[in-house]
Order: sequence, then structure tokens, then C-alpha cells
Amino acid sequence: MEGLGAWLGRIGLRLMTALVLAFIYVPLLLVIVYAFNDNLVATWPPRGFTLEWWSRAINNPGFRGALASSLIAGLAATATALVLGSLAALAVHRFRFFGRDAISFLVILPIALPGVVTGIAINSAVSTIGIPFGMLTVIIGHATFCVVLVYNNLIARLRRTAPSVEEASQDLGADTWQTFRYVTLPLVRTALLAGGLLAFALSFDEIIVTTFTRGGVQTLPIWIFNNYRLANQAPIVNVVAVIAILLSVLPVYLASRLTSDTAAAAGGRT
Amino acid sequence: MTAPIASDPVSRPSVGRRLAAFFHRRPRAALAVLLAPPLGWLLIAYIGSLALLLVNAFFRIDPFTTDIVPEPGLQNFERMLDQEVYRVIAVRTVLTAVAVTVSTAILAFPIAYYMARKATPRIRGLMVVAILLPLWASYLVKVYAWRVILAEDGILNWALAPLGLRGPGFGDVAVWLVFTYLWLPYMILPIYAGLERIPDSLLEASSDLGARGSTTIRRVILPLAFPAVVAGSIFTFSLTLGDYIAPQLVSSTQFIGSVIYSQVGSSGNIPFAAAYATVPILIMVVYLLLARRLGAFEAL
Repeated sequence: MEGLGAWLGRIGLRLMTALVLAFIYVPLLLVIVYAFNDNLVATWPPRGFTLEWWSRAINNPGFRGALASSLIAGLAATATALVLGSLAALAVHRFRFFGRDAISFLVILPIALPGVVTGIAINSAVSTIGIPFGMLTVIIGHATFCVVLVYNNLIARLRRTAPSVEEASQDLGADTWQTFRYVTLPLVRTALLAGGLLAFALSFDEIIVTTFTRGGVQTLPIWIFNNYRLANQAPIVNVVAVIAILLSVLPVYLASRLTSDTAAAAGGRT
Repeated sequence: MTAPIASDPVSRPSVGRRLAAFFHRRPRAALAVLLAPPLGWLLIAYIGSLALLLVNAFFRIDPFTTDIVPEPGLQNFERMLDQEVYRVIAVRTVLTAVAVTVSTAILAFPIAYYMARKATPRIRGLMVVAILLPLWASYLVKVYAWRVILAEDGILNWALAPLGLRGPGFGDVAVWLVFTYLWLPYMILPIYAGLERIPDSLLEASSDLGARGSTTIRRVILPLAFPAVVAGSIFTFSLTLGDYIAPQLVSSTQFIGSVIYSQVGSSGNIPFAAAYATVPILIMVVYLLLARRLGAFEAL
């Protein structure tokens, strides 16, 4: 009886796992199928397959402009988040100070509060100060919620590295810069890269904060949002959707490879 | 302590080294230099904006010019509490957030358990990536995928037709389904991490003491995984509270996010939007403080 129960439990667990994976992936596969659908309307089953939407999408000036805007915003926000997140993580890791616990709270707040709140907060601040809405305000908004990704990745890595390595460096006569340059940085480089890639992916996909800060800037998600409703654009949007999936998934895949490889190299369980 | 490195022939140390020595002797100054940029950014660009938003909540707009009139008053909050529609929308949003949290937790637990305790390291690595990737695959694309699935002549009705059934169509159920789909990875990953951290010895101890598999799950694994579920629920809750795009695409009902969005967008009424935004802010701040007490931050 016990054996049968355990057997059923094992099969049930596997079945649930498979079902959840299917639940996650079937909708995404469907988008990919529709990007090749030989029909203006997304009915099921598809009528036939075509590559026409791909060439039309790639030659679409609106899509190209939006892609460029998304890349600029993503790279600038990531660079800002890398600087701010690293500084905050180093400060929290190295020093004990008043309000230290509040830092992790402060860093996570922009992502923990609903995007629409962050969006209108920055929107009303920017219009009060009088900065024109545009790429700069988009970057400010994106950088604000990207900091947490760099911070979390870096602080997790710093906690795992033994302080004795840095002490050894200093005992051997290296100064603060040298220790940072030759000891700390190589140890945390992949964590920084992973945090940066995640920050880029988050920025690349963001739509709500962007809506409130963009002015006339069209990022890729905004372009998709505006064009999906136009019936004759729908198949092109499906193609762009597949491109958007690939462009945000690739950095995340690389980031997860980076963090898992080093964890294995360090010889420990994460 | 300040002995020069043998390979450095310069007697007078460089600017960099002098700076390094300066900061080494004055850790407070080093801390200030490290903290100033991130703290300055977050306090000015973020907390500053939030504070300004809260101040705006007490102002009102001139109905003719739609300019903000900076005379403090409680009229926005009164309107928010008096008019039933805003209460209904707030309650509906919170209930949806609760339902989404429960459904994601139920779906996430088995797969997280399988990943953490049953899968071989190779499969586990692949599955972590498999859960992580869709998390980042364009939010909008996923919502549109569900629009296509749930549409009248979509794949769901096509698949259910032979069974004589129909899909839920667009509406509140669709919103719940789409949110569950969207936030599921946010729940799986913390639970997986939480389950993976449970030492094997605890489970062995439980079975040595005569507990059966189900008892071990109920008495040992679930309590230990609870902070991880709370950590995941921070995301499912917060993301549901503020989203207005998914509801707009798969239903015609209003949620907190839709009200805030339309107040800013079409009516230009930032003061009322700000007042209504205090609802999700308050809920999330209380939620985060509670979550921290429950140890969820270590499980993030």
C-alpha cells in the first residue's frame, strides 16, 4: 500500500511538473507559429505557412526605430544601474552603518511597488521640475528599477566570497585599488555581467514606466502595443514578438550560464 | 602597514595610492563616497518623486484649465471613499491578487519540489533556465498570446469543442488566468530556492523519527518553504496590483491600475490618480514589512 502511494506520488509529481512546463511554453510556441501564419487573422488552426511577414517586419521603419530606441534605453539604463548597484552593494557588504538594513528595502522598492505607481511618480516629478519627456526620462525611469538586479546579484556573490582573500591581498601589500582591481573585481565580474544582462532584459521589456516617461519615444514594447490593434499589422507584430522574445531571452540565458558556471567552479552548492 | 611594494620604484606615491591610503584611514569617508551616488539617485529620483506624488494627492485640478491647484485638501480621498465604484475596484483588484497568489503557489509548489529535490543536477540546471527564460520573454507578447488563445475562434475553444466545452472567453476569469500565467515563474523560483536550501539531514531525521512522506511534507517542508512562498507572493501581489495592460487586453473590467492610468492619461487628473495610488502603495508597504518579519527577504 505504502509502495503504491509513493509510486503514485512520484508519477503525480512528474505529471504536474510536465503540465506546468506545458502551460508555460504552449502560449509562447503559439506566437512563434503565428509569426509564420499565412492568414491576416490569428485563427486556429493556421491555414498555411509563409515568410512574408518576416521580410515586411524587418523592412518596417517603425519597428527599426523602436528597436534602436529600446537598445539605447536598455544600454544606458544598464550602465547607470551597474554603477549605482555596485556602489550600494559594496557599501552594504563592507561597512556597518546606521540604516544599512534600509538600503536593501530602498533598492527593492522601485520594483516592489506597482509599475504604474513608479510611472506616475516619475511623471509628476519630471513635469514639476520641467524636464522635457523623452529618452532621458525613459532612461532615468528604467535605471531606477534596474539597480536592484545588479545590487542583488553582486551582494549575493560578495557574501559567498571569503573575506580572507581580500585580507591576504592587503597583507601582501596591495592597496585598496589594487585589491579591488586584481582580487575583488575578478571574483565578482560574472555576477556584475549577470546583473547587467538581467537589467538590460528588464529594461528591454518594460512598458508601464515607459508609458509615463516616454514623451515621443517609441520603444519596442510601445510599438508592439500600438500596432497590435491595427488589423493589417498583426502578423508583422507576431514576427516582432518573436524577435523581442529572442532579444530578451538571450541575455537572460547568458546571465544564468554565467552565474551557474562560477558557482560550480567555486566548488560549492549555491 | 604602509610598506611600499618592492616593484614600485617611485618614492612619491601616485595620486591613486594616496587616495587609497586616505580612504583606508578614513572608512567613513570611503563609505560616504560609495553610498552617495546610489542613495542620492534613489532618494532624489525615486523617494523624492513618490513624496511629490503623495503631496499631489492632497491637491486638486481646476476643472476648466486642468491645471493643478496647490491648495491642500482631502477632496480626492473623500471622493475615493465615497464613490462605491472605487471601493469595488480596489476590492476586486486585491481579491484578484489573492486568487493569483494562491493559484501560482499551488502550481509552483510541485514543479519547484521536483526541481529542488528529485531532479538530477543536469535536469535541475536545464529546468531553472526553462523557468527563467519565459519570465523575460516580452510581457506584452505573452498577454497577446492569451488573447489569441482565449478568442472566440481561438485554440482553446477549438480544443474544447470536441468535449462539448467552451473556454472562459474574455472577462475576470481571463484576467486571473493571464496573471497566473504571467507571474508563475516569480513564484516558482523563490520556492525552488527555498526548497533547495533545506538540508537533507532534516528530511532524514523526519523519516528516522517515523514520519511518512506526507507528514514530512506537511510538518517539515511546508513550514520551511513558507518564507519562500511569501517572497514569491511579493511579486505576484505587487505586479497584479499595478497592472492595467493585461486587464485591458483580456477583459473590460477596471482594476486599480486602470483607474490610475486613465486618470493620468485621459483626464490629466494627477491629484486623484496620486490619491488612488496610495491604495497599492499602502498595501505593498505593509506587505513588505510583514514579509520581512516572516523572513521572506532572505528567500528572495
